[in-house]
Amino acid sequence: MSEAALLVESLAYEYPDGNLALHDVSLRIERGERVALLGPNGSGKTTLVKHLNGILAGNSGSVSVDGVRVDLQNKDSLRRIRSSVGVVFQDPDDQLFMPTVREDVAFGPFNMGARGEELDLVVKDALERVGMWELRDRPPHHLSFGQRRRVAVATVLSMSPKILVLDEPSSNLDPASRRELADILRGLDITLLMVTHDLPYALELCERSLVLAGGHVVADSRTREILRDTDLLSRHRLELPLGFRVD
Amino acid sequence: MIRPNEDPLKHPISDHHHGHDFGERLVLHRHSIVHHLEPQVKILAMFLFIIVCVATPIHFWQAFVVYGLLVLGTILIAQLPLNVVARRSLIELPFVFFAIMMPIFGSGERVEVLGVSLSRLGIESGASILVKGTFGVLCAVCLSATTPAREILRGLERLRLPNLLVQIVSFMIRYVNVVSDEMARMKIARLSRGFEAQGVRSWRFLANVAGALFIRSYERGERVYLAMLSRGYSGKLPDTGHGSAGIRQWAQGLLLPVLALLVLAMTNIWMSR
Amino acid sequence: MHIPDGFIDAPTSAIFGAASVAGVAVSLRGARKQLDERAAPLAGLVAVFIFAVQMINFPVGAGTSGHLMGGALAMVLVGPHAAVLAVTVVLIVQALMFADGGLSALGLNVFNLALVGVWSAYVLYGLLRLILPKVRSSVVVGSFVAALVSVPVAAVGFVGQYAIGGSEVFGLGAVFSAMFGTHVLIGIGEAFITALTVSSLLSSRQDLVFGWKAPLRSPVEV
Ligand SMILES: Nc1ncnc2c1ncn2[C@@H]1O[C@H](COP(=O)(O)OP(=O)(O)OP(=O)(O)O)[C@@H](O)[C@H]1O
Ligand SMILES: [Mg+2]
Repeated sequence: MSEAALLVESLAYEYPDGNLALHDVSLRIERGERVALLGPNGSGKTTLVKHLNGILAGNSGSVSVDGVRVDLQNKDSLRRIRSSVGVVFQDPDDQLFMPTVREDVAFGPFNMGARGEELDLVVKDALERVGMWELRDRPPHHLSFGQRRRVAVATVLSMSPKILVLDEPSSNLDPASRRELADILRGLDITLLMVTHDLPYALELCERSLVLAGGHVVADSRTREILRDTDLLSRHRLELPLGFRVD
Repeated sequence: MIRPNEDPLKHPISDHHHGHDFGERLVLHRHSIVHHLEPQVKILAMFLFIIVCVATPIHFWQAFVVYGLLVLGTILIAQLPLNVVARRSLIELPFVFFAIMMPIFGSGERVEVLGVSLSRLGIESGASILVKGTFGVLCAVCLSATTPAREILRGLERLRLPNLLVQIVSFMIRYVNVVSDEMARMKIARLSRGFEAQGVRSWRFLANVAGALFIRSYERGERVYLAMLSRGYSGKLPDTGHGSAGIRQWAQGLLLPVLALLVLAMTNIWMSR
Repeated sequence: MHIPDGFIDAPTSAIFGAASVAGVAVSLRGARKQLDERAAPLAGLVAVFIFAVQMINFPVGAGTSGHLMGGALAMVLVGPHAAVLAVTVVLIVQALMFADGGLSALGLNVFNLALVGVWSAYVLYGLLRLILPKVRSSVVVGSFVAALVSVPVAAVGFVGQYAIGGSEVFGLGAVFSAMFGTHVLIGIGEAFITALTVSSLLSSRQDLVFGWKAPLRSPVEV
């Protein structure tokens, strides 16, 4: 059996203030899979995401990326894991911190060693893919929320990660941008984990879905089946938009 | 630690309206030589000018007249409105009070000025504090009105401020937006519940505000920092590839302190004759 | 006590400038050793916070109001070295961007607020932590006393500078009692706010308080 792209085993995490956010989370994602992570507010989705590139370390359990265990003591492997797992955070303001869009997108590749012309090319390519090249010299905090979200996606794309993790990428995007983002994501040859409250979006992009509730994985199956299971949905406060039908 | 009484919540930082970088709000955009000078040139020129000014004995009053003209000239060349400059200079008010007290309450030999008995030493010292302090403040106002915070940071970097301090300043500039946003939100919440800071009773409250502000900004900053780590940050901010100031720029900028130094030397010769 | 240009004579400013450079250099080394690459974001955040806290003014009479210094608070939160750097950065930014404190007086101000303010708080706090039981409330008591005392001590630093390089118009005694009296008051305010802030932090994020869990832990446990 080949290594899973992402393997989480019995992960538990308690925040410093004593809030137990993850109880016992296990999941396995194969290379090239596109998986949606669903669940109500406060179910621990963002917390789980932060474990995937070694920002948080579980109190027990483990996370492995491509067979390499995420170990906060091992700086070398951590560096490699962070360059192969690209995370787009829920709030773009957490992600953008450089004075201009261009510099912000260049930040990651620069840290990975890209310089000069190579760096410029990578930046240009990433910004063009999200349609933000025109705004390259603007300060990120002068952009609209949706524009910031696109730039945040570009900052991660520019690092050409092997696994892309997105925390609610479609929230606050207008319908056209939402569709364009889906096109971008579908065009990537990459393993994808997408946290979302947008069930049709999950259906559109991801074969498979996981449902997280109260710090446990309570369902793991094909997206279509999960969305058909009205009992499961209502138990975990998940709702399809009015009039939306899964056939 | 002493400032004129003011609304505790009214300060450049809390006047922050979204979409303006910290320190950028202080900038009055014009196209002037002063604006176009590289920041390291401006900072060094200002520093040297202030040193010359502070080192000049107060009885060289002719020199101070020329210094004043130099500062005024710089402000005019930079096309800064005088009323804005004056308003931003109010920060030195406590020391103005102090300077005014000196002739009145000072010790030593007393002289009659317009029928009032004043201390001679007090007049000299008060004038010295007032004049030098004012020039210093005007220079700083001029710098911050013509140079965005980021540029000042670059200037400091090129003047070889230790890298760790440069980084701290850079993070500070970055985080200030975060904190001021949090402050603005908390201020709205506070005002809409009818709060007014009043004396000792508000201390407890202000401490809670401070605590909440710290946690909120810390956590926001933490998230930004985590995002940086996620993108491979290892303690070095990328060098964004900028040019350095040419000889022409240095000549233009250093004209100010050099002229001041010349004036000082000439006054010195003239006074000792 | 952000001293403006011309308040203290040039030679004295230069001497204290040199002393401050040396003191900051010590903290640069100390902070690097203590925190490696995480020193900057942490200290930057504390700097912002001190900057913000210094905006909280409270009236001390005669048309003026004191503002907090934040040195003791910074020390308790991030340890002495990072605190010195944070306060220094705040003073640099205030001098360059807000005309608060003269550029030629930067050394004087750094000496009083960053070096004297932080280290006096550190010494006191350290002593108290030795004496007091190892419980959370000791941290609060320790930071209260450290803040209470460090403010007037920093003011004494100012009086010392005035004695060396200030004008002779006012007797030292008068300057001392005015400065000391005012700063005892400010110190009380500072002590309350520091202690309350530390206690509110201890109750929600005790992992952020250096004075509770030295050696320093970063905002993330990496
Ligand atoms: N920094 C923190 N400190 C303490 N508790 C936290 C922190 N962040 C989140 N929590 C708590 O952990 C739990 C899981 O939060 P998390 O952010 O992972 O939820 P989420 O599934 O992403 O929710 P949402 O859909 O609203 O984004 C919640 O109960 C939350 O209150
Ligand atoms: Mg979330």
